[in-house]
Amino acid sequence: MENLVEIRGLGIKAQTDSGRMIDIIRNVDLDIPAGEIVALIGESGSGKTTLALSIMGYLRPGCRFGGGTISIAGQNIMALSEKQRASLRGTEIAYVPQSAAAAFNPALRIMDQVIEVTAIHRLMSPEEARQRAIVLFRALSLPSPETIGDRYPHQVSGGQLQRLAAAMALISDPKLVIFDEPTTALDVTTQIEVLRAFKDVMRLSGASGVYVSHDLAVVAQIADRIVVLKDGQVQEEGRKADILTAARHPYTRELLAAFTPTPAAGAKADADTPRKGYILEVENIRAGYGARDENGEPRIIAVDSVTLKLKAGQNLGIIGESGCGKSTLARVISGILPPFSGSIQFDGREIAAAAADRQREELRKLQIVFQHADTALNPLKPVGEILGRPLTFYHRMNGKERDDRIDQLLDLVHLPKSIRYRLPSELSGGQKQRINFARALAADPVLILCDEITSALDTVVAAAIVDLLKELQKELSLSYLFISHDISTVRSICDEIVVMYEGQKVDQFPAQALGDESNHQYTRLLNASVPRLDPDWLDNLDISGFAAMGR
Amino acid sequence: MNKLAFSLVLGKIGIALVTLMIVSFAVFFATAFLPGDVTEILLGQSATPEAVAGLRHAMNLDQPAIFRFFLWIGGLIQGDLGVSYANNMPVADLIGSRFANSMKLAAATTLFAVPIALTTGILAAMFEGSLFDRMVTVTSITLISVPEFLVATIAVLVFAVYLKWLPAIVTVSEVRSFGEVLRVYAMPVIVLTFVISAQMIRMTRAAVIGTLKTSYVEMALLKGASRCRMVLRHALPNALGPIVNAVALSLSYLVGGVIIVETIFNYPGIAKLMVDAVATRDLPLVQSCAMIFCVAYLLLITLADIISIIANPRLR
Repeated sequence: MENLVEIRGLGIKAQTDSGRMIDIIRNVDLDIPAGEIVALIGESGSGKTTLALSIMGYLRPGCRFGGGTISIAGQNIMALSEKQRASLRGTEIAYVPQSAAAAFNPALRIMDQVIEVTAIHRLMSPEEARQRAIVLFRALSLPSPETIGDRYPHQVSGGQLQRLAAAMALISDPKLVIFDEPTTALDVTTQIEVLRAFKDVMRLSGASGVYVSHDLAVVAQIADRIVVLKDGQVQEEGRKADILTAARHPYTRELLAAFTPTPAAGAKADADTPRKGYILEVENIRAGYGARDENGEPRIIAVDSVTLKLKAGQNLGIIGESGCGKSTLARVISGILPPFSGSIQFDGREIAAAAADRQREELRKLQIVFQHADTALNPLKPVGEILGRPLTFYHRMNGKERDDRIDQLLDLVHLPKSIRYRLPSELSGGQKQRINFARALAADPVLILCDEITSALDTVVAAAIVDLLKELQKELSLSYLFISHDISTVRSICDEIVVMYEGQKVDQFPAQALGDESNHQYTRLLNASVPRLDPDWLDNLDISGFAAMGR
Repeated sequence: MNKLAFSLVLGKIGIALVTLMIVSFAVFFATAFLPGDVTEILLGQSATPEAVAGLRHAMNLDQPAIFRFFLWIGGLIQGDLGVSYANNMPVADLIGSRFANSMKLAAATTLFAVPIALTTGILAAMFEGSLFDRMVTVTSITLISVPEFLVATIAVLVFAVYLKWLPAIVTVSEVRSFGEVLRVYAMPVIVLTFVISAQMIRMTRAAVIGTLKTSYVEMALLKGASRCRMVLRHALPNALGPIVNAVALSLSYLVGGVIIVETIFNYPGIAKLMVDAVATRDLPLVQSCAMIFCVAYLLLITLADIISIIANPRLR
């Protein structure tokens, strides 16, 4: 088959903050046959988005071409002027962004943005474009296709916006569509609808595609070929089936290994010594945000009558989709957001609702770790001071004693001692999350609330953090309340799992019982929605039985 | 306009009214406690104590301050600004023509400065880091730093004394033709434009650069949009809030802060009137001028807030 895109010896350089030029794409050769979808897969920083954008002749500020050719239908895009490149963008090559919520202009109506390409390149009359857009909306199974375009971006859901972004890309019948992690920001159940819609319209249009992702299972559903990138170089490429079944490169194998089912944690916990009572008992918690009415109830209820118990030394997982109230629950337990009704028993005693009213000892034993280490760590303080602060606050440590303990903490989270003099900005994402966790350990807690702590990390890095959590639990006899939207992570570390939906607890079961018939139907929907490596998974998936679950 | 936006706008207006109340209170008592007694100034040092007492009684000065405050505020609400102590004329008559003059100067400056400042700011943002951008930045910082009396004095020196192109002082009464208007207003308008543009340019530039870095502008680029389209259609509408606020803040300066410019060009505006009134202890006039400045300022700021609310599609 003839190649639509041929990339030869491509290099891209980027300027670092200190002004040094580094190679972020090195000597890449890539072919995209007409009518096929090629997946670019790799972890963050592997250069996959940079490579995808370069096919449009576009480099983000601070990057520049360092040699090689990119030819599209025989035309070398690197030899074109900026104006000629602009004439290809939107018409020949179109782009579907990672976050449609950010890529839609909040001040303009959706329809105006979807058909903007036709206005920029004078392809058709606005009326014609509008009709075409409505046909596309219907093909992407968007609700009320005739009128959805009249809304503003904030008036539709994330999954709908992502499909609208696809309509925006397909309006001009492009030869090549670049999908840049288009489902990464979506919940699993929404991801299925969006992936199906993408697959259908791409099949109909016959265009070629580049699908950038870090999720091998998603790629398995939609791509014909897979290219594995690491450190700006192609590690391995081949037909989908070959990569999935007979990967040669160690990195690809590592990615695949992340999908082999891990044993549920529960089994091991039962074998352990019998435990004493409950470390945490949460009763009938109701909490929310916004103005309060005369009864003290906030206008928006985020957590509605949730009761849960956590045995000492065990782990409780809380899963649910974005907006289900799981993070709010963590904020309530930690005392950041006092609930308006309900009680919290911690370590056998009832504790005050607000953190300010709790005793220092209670605060010390109950620590929280936030999702984004970037925002949770003070960017102006070196690691040593970040870890030293709780030591002084809770244990009144100073001088040599404190320095020794900081070294111990770094050792616990497997980081070199020398790192204590660095600033958070000088660390990688995984290292930052370890520091974030070490800060909680500094207090010598008995319970740690982990709020989505692996969600912003790459698969391999996240797996290492989970291993660290398990190891520390054994050494320090900790309990975790582990909040995540990622079912397999929760399953691998927790003894008991709670499922939340729209602020309520809908299900609770031992981790090894996940996937049983006894699960609530929403739990089964969540579990069924997690992408599998099987390329036919999406086509064979039948979730119509769960449609009753109010979405 | 939906309910939320409506209530936000009402809230802004409410806050403006409360601010106005507080300010009127502050203005009245600050001026009431100024040292010096107006009766002694009016009657001269040789006045008998009886005459002073009689005048104090006639002017309500023997009443408690809080009583006089309500008398004064009640008059203000009915449009009665009181009677000038110095020459016994209604304050409204004294202010009337001066206020019109100040508004003319402010309007001329607005028409001249705002388009220039916004265009310069947007262009600087579009070509961020270019020679043009750096020149704009350096010039605007220089202009912020140089006091306006220096700018005004240098302008007089160059255009009136050496070049003799423009009159050094403004004599409004002699203006008859449009050409005259241009000649008379040129220098004060240019000096004021220098003073107020710098801030608007810098805020516009910063706001537009901020929105140019967003994903939706990158998306527009990937749709093949020209630079012009990216800025005017995608970046600017979202940068409107901060820009309108910067413009309002700069323009509010044209009402009360022009005293130096009015003095140097001997322009018969309201700011100069107020300074003269302070010299003669003419409290009703001082209070009225202060209230006018405050109302104008609040009007501009509230208007800017309302425009930002209406420009936000989430609230529309």
